[in-house]
Amino acid sequence: MSTAVEVRDLKAWFGKTEALHGINISIESKHATAVIGPSGCGKSTFIRCLNRMHETNPEARAEGNVKIAGMDIYGMPAVDVRRRVGMVFQKPNPFPTMSIYDNVASGLKLNGTRKRHVLDEVVERSLQQAAIWDEVKDVLKKKSGASLSGGQQQRLCIARALAVDPEVLLMDEPASALDPISTAKIEDLIFELKQKLTIVIVTHNMQQASRVAEFTGFFLMGYLVEFDRTEKIFTNPSDKRTEDYITGRFG
Amino acid sequence: MSKPRISLRRQLTNYFFTGLAAGLSVVVVGALLAIFTYLLLKGAGSLSWSFLTHPPTPVGEPGGGVANGIVGSIIILAIASAIGVPVGIGAGVYLAEYGRGHFGNVVRFTADTLNGVPSIVIGLVAYGLVVLPQGHFSGFSAGVALAIMMVPTVARATEQMLLLVPQSVREAALGLGIPQWRTTISITLASARAGIITGVMLAFARVAGETAPLLLTALGFQFWNLNPSQPMAALPLQIFTYAISPYDEWHRQAWAAALMLVILIVGTTTLVRFVFLRRMLGGAR
Repeated sequence: MSTAVEVRDLKAWFGKTEALHGINISIESKHATAVIGPSGCGKSTFIRCLNRMHETNPEARAEGNVKIAGMDIYGMPAVDVRRRVGMVFQKPNPFPTMSIYDNVASGLKLNGTRKRHVLDEVVERSLQQAAIWDEVKDVLKKKSGASLSGGQQQRLCIARALAVDPEVLLMDEPASALDPISTAKIEDLIFELKQKLTIVIVTHNMQQASRVAEFTGFFLMGYLVEFDRTEKIFTNPSDKRTEDYITGRFG
Repeated sequence: MSKPRISLRRQLTNYFFTGLAAGLSVVVVGALLAIFTYLLLKGAGSLSWSFLTHPPTPVGEPGGGVANGIVGSIIILAIASAIGVPVGIGAGVYLAEYGRGHFGNVVRFTADTLNGVPSIVIGLVAYGLVVLPQGHFSGFSAGVALAIMMVPTVARATEQMLLLVPQSVREAALGLGIPQWRTTISITLASARAGIITGVMLAFARVAGETAPLLLTALGFQFWNLNPSQPMAALPLQIFTYAISPYDEWHRQAWAAALMLVILIVGTTTLVRFVFLRRMLGGAR
């Protein structure tokens, strides 16, 4: 077992409000880690610090130490961090004016890859990894990404994130806007993907956390209350607050 | 069960206001139709191939046309667009993507004020800035005047259209490691281009018919001139000159030139929309 993401004393602010109060966590490589907790507890802020998306908000700022494969992400250009740590958002957000093909190829194209055969290959591989290739292979350049169903759009967004070949994939409630069947497809996908890369998934759905993740962290009011193997968190939590949350006493 | 009874007074009020709204809509559409019809009636008769391909002849000599004015207008509008559109879009990008602070508000206020400055005043400014230093009237100075008029419209339209692009789309691009400037050009602007093109065309159509600033800049010219550093003919100027002249033949030509100007504007805006919107439908090249 090796550590993919090492977080030490991570603090994050929105303006003067401190949203994360010193998070320490080691995320296992090629496993899925779930981040759970009530709304407003800092889950999304936390994962957005892992690829420096947090600071795209002009009011926001972060402090502390985050290492991906041993390298401090705050010591390298943000665009490089984001190529190594991909992100899938809560609501599917394909580029509205681009075809399916261009959506997937965008990360490479807009970073300067022009070779046709490289792009073709990456697009096919990514769409296959995202389990949507068969549904779209005949309309790659004819249909826009926005014309797909919500579940398909989300898998397209996953394919788009995979196309730049990240080591870590952050998923911010990726299935919360989807129906149960699409959700199941995304969960199956997570099982496949963690063979190759590290996944950090924020979820409000505790069944989902127990289904897809080996590790789970429970956040509350900007603190990481407990972090352990998922079955331990859900069957025998060490902290009273974790127990209260998972048994539905609040949140 | 019968329908619930509505008092007669309320029914009548309803009819009255619905009718009023419909009537006023007819007035709006009717005004446009009336202009087109009148132009066609008055101008179509004098439109001919030679009218479109010959410069004016001296008074009393039959024939002659507005070919130099058409070409002059095209050159002046091309100069205006070449300056005004990039500046306007650039300002709009700044306002939408970065201009949240005090300076942004100053730019917004300035743009809105500039939009309200009378066109003759802008003509004067171009006269002072370009014509006087150059020592003579020119097509280029007219292009500058019209460019100044295009900037605020294009900038504000661009800003509004960019603000309609969801934040999630920008985040998606940044999350892929695409740099901020690339995101703005290839993702945000691209997503908003239909609206931006509409804004640009609106600005174009508005300045295409401007006459007052041209009086102080392009001046007008009787003969062929393709050199923008010299005085230049333009359709609105020819319409103006012909319309206030005492000659019947020139009056007829003014109508035909007016019709030509409208065709030029409608034709350009339609063509541009067609070209850009068609490229957009598939979403990809």
